[in-house]
Amino acid sequence: MNELSRFRIQFSKTDAMRFTSHLDLHRTWERTFRRAQLPLAYSQGFHPQPRLTLACALPLGFTSEAEIIDAWLDQSTSLDIIQENLRSALPPGIQLQYIETIDLGGPSLQTLLQSSEYLISLKYKIQDLDERVEILLSMKSILRSRRGKTYDLRPLVETLEIIKDKSDIFFHSFRTRLAARESATGRPEELLSAMDIDFYQARIHRLKLYFNE
Amino acid sequence: VLTPDEIQLRLENLLLTVQKPGRYTGGEINQIVKNWNEIPVKTALVFPDIYDIGMSNLGLFILYETLNRRQDTLAERSYLPWTDMDSVMRENKIPLFSLETHHPLSAFDIIGFTLPYETLYTNTLCALDLADIPLFSQDRNMNHPLIIAGGHATYNPEPMHAFIDAFVIGEGEEVIHEVVDIYKKWKTTGSDRKQLLLSLSSIAGVYIPSLYEARYDDGNFSHLEKLEETAPSSILKRIVPELPPPPTDFIVPYIETVHNRVPIEIMRGCTRGCRFCHAGMVNRPVRERTVDNIVQAIEKAAKTTGFEEIGLLSLSSSDYTHILDLVEAISEQFANRNLGISLPSLRIESFSVDLMEALRGSRFGGFTLAPEAATERMREIINKPLNTNQLLETVQDIYSRGWTNIKLYFMIGHPSETLDDVREIVTLCKAVLAEGRKVIGRRARLSVGVSTFVPKPHTPFQWVACDSVVNINQKQDILKRDLRDRDIHLSWTKPEDTLLEAWLSRGDRRMASVIYEAWKLGARFDAWQEHFRFDAWQEAFASCGLDPAFYTHRQRLINEAFPWDHIHTGVRKKFLADDYLMSLQGETRIDCREHCFACGILPTFAEVRRQHPGDSWKCPEVKNKNKPQSLLLPFTDQIPDTP
Repeated sequence: MNELSRFRIQFSKTDAMRFTSHLDLHRTWERTFRRAQLPLAYSQGFHPQPRLTLACALPLGFTSEAEIIDAWLDQSTSLDIIQENLRSALPPGIQLQYIETIDLGGPSLQTLLQSSEYLISLKYKIQDLDERVEILLSMKSILRSRRGKTYDLRPLVETLEIIKDKSDIFFHSFRTRLAARESATGRPEELLSAMDIDFYQARIHRLKLYFNE
Repeated sequence: VLTPDEIQLRLENLLLTVQKPGRYTGGEINQIVKNWNEIPVKTALVFPDIYDIGMSNLGLFILYETLNRRQDTLAERSYLPWTDMDSVMRENKIPLFSLETHHPLSAFDIIGFTLPYETLYTNTLCALDLADIPLFSQDRNMNHPLIIAGGHATYNPEPMHAFIDAFVIGEGEEVIHEVVDIYKKWKTTGSDRKQLLLSLSSIAGVYIPSLYEARYDDGNFSHLEKLEETAPSSILKRIVPELPPPPTDFIVPYIETVHNRVPIEIMRGCTRGCRFCHAGMVNRPVRERTVDNIVQAIEKAAKTTGFEEIGLLSLSSSDYTHILDLVEAISEQFANRNLGISLPSLRIESFSVDLMEALRGSRFGGFTLAPEAATERMREIINKPLNTNQLLETVQDIYSRGWTNIKLYFMIGHPSETLDDVREIVTLCKAVLAEGRKVIGRRARLSVGVSTFVPKPHTPFQWVACDSVVNINQKQDILKRDLRDRDIHLSWTKPEDTLLEAWLSRGDRRMASVIYEAWKLGARFDAWQEHFRFDAWQEAFASCGLDPAFYTHRQRLINEAFPWDHIHTGVRKKFLADDYLMSLQGETRIDCREHCFACGILPTFAEVRRQHPGDSWKCPEVKNKNKPQSLLLPFTDQIPDTP
């Protein structure tokens, strides 16, 4: 039996990759490791699965500079080699940012995850955007229903602020930090809907994932 | 015409509104992007169904690789958008585009359609329409791309003759380069489109339908008349004398497709001679790759793609000469890599179970066998002899060595099949499951796939009438009623689907109007249950004044002229007729590796064979120089030999 090791990788997901779903991204990583000739560890059992865990699903169409995946390898390999092999095997649209060795027995990414920060840019002009932000933040609760369940969106919105120095392409940008705990996840599309903003006229980019230290 | 940038800009806002946008982005690992402005010949390869289906097509990828190897040519891919994207593209005036550079298809020089089966015909019209290219060959001018097509369905090109400028008959690896060479030369001369078509007609294996006119006699096809002196009377399919090294650098899709694996073809052709099998007749002679060649290809493909499964392709894997060596080499080299290797089309014998066991590693799938018929009488008629006891011993072996699910393929509607023959399918399936239960109890599962026979051109059954819809329904009812069991999963083909395939398979030139009318009435994605519009097809036949039964439910005279007679597969029509008449007597022919039945391949390709001796071809030495006699039937001598 080879020596098991565990790594944490941060990467960005841009360009055409933003149209790749969570499940397909998982498979893309599996194939990347195969191309990189880095032997992933497999689960035991009837249908062995590669041991890869993504921290937090990124909805289809979003880009990100802060995706995190944990990978278990069936051998101990130096970080330099892993980094080099992965870089040459990754598809366009995924860039490696950093990689570190993680304690084998450490807690799972999902249990550590607290919140997720997004940059939302709009392709059309909204006269009263400031006002809409203010109103939303002043509300005590925002009851919404999703998949037949009613929930309160307001406590999931941790921060929400307009970015004043706007870019050339977009009319507005704002930054928001939404809860991303296992049982409480704020969704950008829900936030946009609560503010009466057209989701299809927005570009959403994940800036950061916050973990419990 | 939109520029690639404009197309991409429009897509940017729209892709999130459709299902699976990853179908339309391109940019995958191993795609080949060349500098558009520096390459003189630009080709687009189109599989006229959605990306999910088309990405698994080996034929298209072989051409993609070989064309892109040329310095003077680029090849890009395009697939048909699903209906949601089709509407979005039409609303936003986005023409069909290539995945590599997002150029509209109308900007390419040559567009090549892969047509492996007939239900892609209306989709081909959809693709041309969405690309803003005139559907009819005669309406295209100098500014339009050359539209070519190839693939198994084009062995009868006539139903699509009006829409395709040039058909490439047979294996495309070599002839495609000759097409590009002629095109390139023509482009610099600036002569007209007709000139291009005439030049192309000089290439062996290329068929230009506009150089001929079909003649009918009292509603029956009579013959094809040449409109140009230089047009060949017969178009002989192209073959490659030896299989080139298999392509390995497959494009890796970001989204899930129907076959998530690398296909590696281990051999081409089949010597079994099943009489219903189109592939077995048109892909002769059998040519094999070497074990080394295959193992190296697997190694390289695994490295360059990262795919978790390799599919070894052939029509009859058990017949690969060095199958045991191959399987041993693979299991030795790829064990412990969590790499799945699949081996299709195995003979029904215990040795196949040994092979599968050696390959299965950590991944278990089902075990598939294709007896095709349940009675010895039927098996003799279709020339797929098999002993029922041997089948039962084999399934017992499979269940006892760890597989819990066996899949059996049958076909109903064979010539002269009775309800009793179908009841025997039920009996046999129950016996198979009983074997399983003996060994592993209630864990034993059985899947039964029952398709319906469609007579195909260039096969010994090209003369026969399809089984009637009434019969088919009755036969399927027997199966549905009597195969009801918790542990049996039955699937079947709808009679309407079979009818469409049958109409198109043996269609003549008049069928082009039917295809066009059906398309106008909304027929597309005919292979998709949810889109198939049987009513549109019926209406199309009516508006063209044609009787669909003429194409399907009519026993042909043995000397009838067929609309596809000018397409020569290397197998003589007389050989097929003999074989058909033998089937009526319940006579079988053994594997032709054991004994040559003079199908015609060797004399037709005698020169090719002389230049490429060696053991990659599996035709045996023919010792008796005399032609073997027509076994039964002096009257098949009336059949004119293929010119």
